[in-house]
Amino acid sequence: MTTIANPTTSVADTQAPHYNPKSETAGAKRLKSIIFHVVALAVTAVVLYPALWMIASSFKPNAEIGGSNTSLWSSNFSFDNFVTAMEGIGGVSTMTFFTNSLILALGAVVGTILSASVSAYAFARIKFPGRSMFFGMMIATLLLPFHVVIIPQYIIFNQLGLVDTYIPLLVGKFLAADAFFVFLMVQFMRNLPAELDEAARIDGAGHARIFGSIMLPLMKPALISTSIFSFIWSWNDFLGPLLYLNTPEKYPLPLALRLFVDQTQSSDYGAMIAMSVLALLPVLVFFLVFQRYIVEGVSTQGLKG
Amino acid sequence: MTQSPTLSRRSTSSDLPQPRKSRQRGADTRAGYTFLLPWLLGFIALTVGPMISSLYLSFTNYNLFEPPKWIGLDNYISLFQDERFLQSVGVTVSYVVFGTPIKLAAALAIAMLLNSKRKGQGFYRSAFYAPSLIGASVSIAIVWKAMFGDSGPVDQSLSFFGINLGGWVGNPSMTMPMFILLTVWQFGAPMVIFLAGLKQIPGELYEAASMDGAGPIRKFFNITWPMLSPVIFFNLLMETIHAFQIFNAAYIISNGEGGPAGSTLFYTLYLYLRGFSDFRMGYASAMAWLLVIVVGIITLIFFRTSKSWVHYSGDSK
Repeated sequence: MTTIANPTTSVADTQAPHYNPKSETAGAKRLKSIIFHVVALAVTAVVLYPALWMIASSFKPNAEIGGSNTSLWSSNFSFDNFVTAMEGIGGVSTMTFFTNSLILALGAVVGTILSASVSAYAFARIKFPGRSMFFGMMIATLLLPFHVVIIPQYIIFNQLGLVDTYIPLLVGKFLAADAFFVFLMVQFMRNLPAELDEAARIDGAGHARIFGSIMLPLMKPALISTSIFSFIWSWNDFLGPLLYLNTPEKYPLPLALRLFVDQTQSSDYGAMIAMSVLALLPVLVFFLVFQRYIVEGVSTQGLKG
Repeated sequence: MTQSPTLSRRSTSSDLPQPRKSRQRGADTRAGYTFLLPWLLGFIALTVGPMISSLYLSFTNYNLFEPPKWIGLDNYISLFQDERFLQSVGVTVSYVVFGTPIKLAAALAIAMLLNSKRKGQGFYRSAFYAPSLIGASVSIAIVWKAMFGDSGPVDQSLSFFGINLGGWVGNPSMTMPMFILLTVWQFGAPMVIFLAGLKQIPGELYEAASMDGAGPIRKFFNITWPMLSPVIFFNLLMETIHAFQIFNAAYIISNGEGGPAGSTLFYTLYLYLRGFSDFRMGYASAMAWLLVIVVGIITLIFFRTSKSWVHYSGDSK
């Protein structure tokens, strides 16, 4: 956690000359710094409390979670909840749900990377009639409530006999339906120097060559943020699987969690929370590993969490 | 014809760029549409097509099993006589109207706190952002429900201060504050965007204002707010539109029913229930189109009114 501070503070050092050092004494500066940390730590405590409570409760016996003991720490620390949670629900092991979530998330990453990068290249680097019109429409879909398309989409997939398969959940990823990623890559590519393509063109390279051997390697940062976000969004997706999947063997984790809540009727609180922790674990690991990419991606592209 | 061979060769070579250019343009058009193909296919098959068919369905009675029956505006008319629908509008509007401004105010205040050269800024920024990444997940909805349940940690802590509200989850007048707290908790995403905007404001502006004797409040309204207005506008628009579409938490916390007493019957939850549990697809389509129209109007109003308060760099105002 301590390594987090280093890269960003150095940026802040050079960019935030907001107060005149001459007008403040060393004591006043110290006091301000103390106040800053007290407030920031208080906010941190409030913000992280739900996550800490979740993790702490997952190790507690059922009786202690809702009891009068509000302390996060329990003397009866145990892995029992996780053992129950791993058993799964409805005869399906939690490992199956994990695998399903992983298949869907990796499919989403591959599909989004392929389709969004190709489409973004067209928007950013090729001149053709209709480009700005389609670009405007792409931007408009960013603001469109997607609920307006779910009913007809469901009807179509139902008629094609594709309900209860992963195809409805993945086909959009391979068709760049998440306009945010196309937009992100267009913005990124527009900032790459135009001389690159011009030089390649003079050497006789076509668009396929320019895209494959010049653009793609340079787009690595954008591809990484896209992968991280499409993975996490797919991992957390609930409505899509809720609409399209009926067989528990095919459920990803969020849907399995709902089934778990339904069937146990919250009687096994501890196991329910342990399963919630398991379902979030990959996202939390991703965050800890890639948090610089994630936070930078948000601050430069306005990506939603 | 009378020209010398060298001249004619030169004239053809000077003519050459023309056809080459138009040939290039043709090739570019072909390449452009080839590269755009995935998006274009998706746009037509998954967005435009479905939008048109849901518009058609919104004028019909359709239950997925029998062919759609044209009923004109009946769906739209019965919407406004449907008490559950009106309730879902009320729930969603109060969530948007209270939740979004509080969330953005928190995001801006904390971004301003973090916008200084101090140790730990990067750590705080990441820690505050984390909830935005997990906030919409089913796991967090379950945790929220447990935390705000009867004798959960929230109830326990409030009782300690002598406030006995009981569980918020089962209390129709406390569910909305619970959902608002859930969205405010995710202030990190707009905060990070605010922070990026704050870093763009030149420090000299504040120094000059200090020399003129301006206090922190005047500095905020005369420098920070106008300089940040494009970012405020962006966050306000995106957060408002997203707030209308809250679904996961509403579904999980209310077991997909919108209770207690309809107090968590958010718009999209009611749309889902109408479409996928009552199979009234025409009715649900009408709801979906109404949402599109409302979001469209709000976006339009935002852009229209933005001229008076959003300042882009290079503006003369």
